[in-house]
Amino acid sequence: MTRLQKGLWAAVAVAALGAGGLAVTVSRAPEVATSGASSVAAEFELTGHDGVVRTEEDFRGKWTLVFFGFTNCPDICPTTLAEIAQVMDDLGPQAGAVQPLFISVDSDRDTPMELAEYVPQFHPSILGLAGTPEQIEAAAASFKIFYERVPEEAAPDGYTMGHASQVFLFDPDGGFVRLYGNGTPAPEITADLRARIDAHG
Amino acid sequence: MRPLGIATLALTLLIAAPPVLAGGEQVVVEDPWSRASIGTSRPGVAYMTLRNTGAEPVVVTGLRTDLAMTPMIHATTTDAQGVTRMSHMEEMEIAAGEAVALEPGGMHIMLMDLQRPMVEGESYTLSVIFADGTEASVEVPILGIAARGPSD
Ligand SMILES: [Cu+2]
Repeated sequence: MTRLQKGLWAAVAVAALGAGGLAVTVSRAPEVATSGASSVAAEFELTGHDGVVRTEEDFRGKWTLVFFGFTNCPDICPTTLAEIAQVMDDLGPQAGAVQPLFISVDSDRDTPMELAEYVPQFHPSILGLAGTPEQIEAAAASFKIFYERVPEEAAPDGYTMGHASQVFLFDPDGGFVRLYGNGTPAPEITADLRARIDAHG
Repeated sequence: MRPLGIATLALTLLIAAPPVLAGGEQVVVEDPWSRASIGTSRPGVAYMTLRNTGAEPVVVTGLRTDLAMTPMIHATTTDAQGVTRMSHMEEMEIAAGEAVALEPGGMHIMLMDLQRPMVEGESYTLSVIFADGTEASVEVPILGIAARGPSD
């Protein structure tokens, strides 16, 4: 068993033990949020694509958009990155209040250097975050997200990844606000963020 | 055989076998596009709509391009929990008169083993291979890495 496989199995075990499975918790996250008893949190220590180690504390004071993926993903990940890039462009001056974070769940392949080559191509404001298998596992547990390796013979290194595809929004105090489902159009996210930023003052 | 016999035989063949267009002739490829790549180490992607204008279903069984050693059709699926995965589709049927859209977050052509970087502004030829051995070829324009659709 490779180190990554061990890590993933540990993540699955954590999922099975905690709250009856991560997947179930994620699907209920929006309800939980509106009831004010959210258990989704952003807790992580990861390395930015600029080489600087970051924790959730570094983003206090900003609305944070967090989403997950891997750079060997040519379909859904660029799609989400491009949507978020559009949101940041459309927000105009209000973009300064928002920090998008792209967390790679592919710790074996995605080093900070790989992310540095990839993430800024979509938008200079998006920060890529990489970590060791243990760091990614710990972050995933706090966000209550699921990820796994999917065998694919023809893919580089023989695998692709399955992963949560929603975008998580956290408020400037770090509290979980809501999920934007996979495929939410950029204008919808932009309008929602605008309203929240305006209301927050 | 007398001339009349030949004519009768020919007529019989025509009635028994109405003209069937080969897959490569009855499928129209619309709005092809790709995103640019960074180098060649990561898989590329292509999107398009395949419209079957014929009266018979067609089955896509393969793809070919000199851009990638292993082009394949993938389906991206998202489960009720929002977990997204890709899976390889060995074959893809297109019903008579129907169109299948390969688009972001859904079915797509995954370009494994890129032979050269995909450069914005360039294009490449992709051939769609059908079960009857015929092919439909299309020139795919390469758009920016953050393109979201064929008109970006
Ligand atoms: Cu794919």
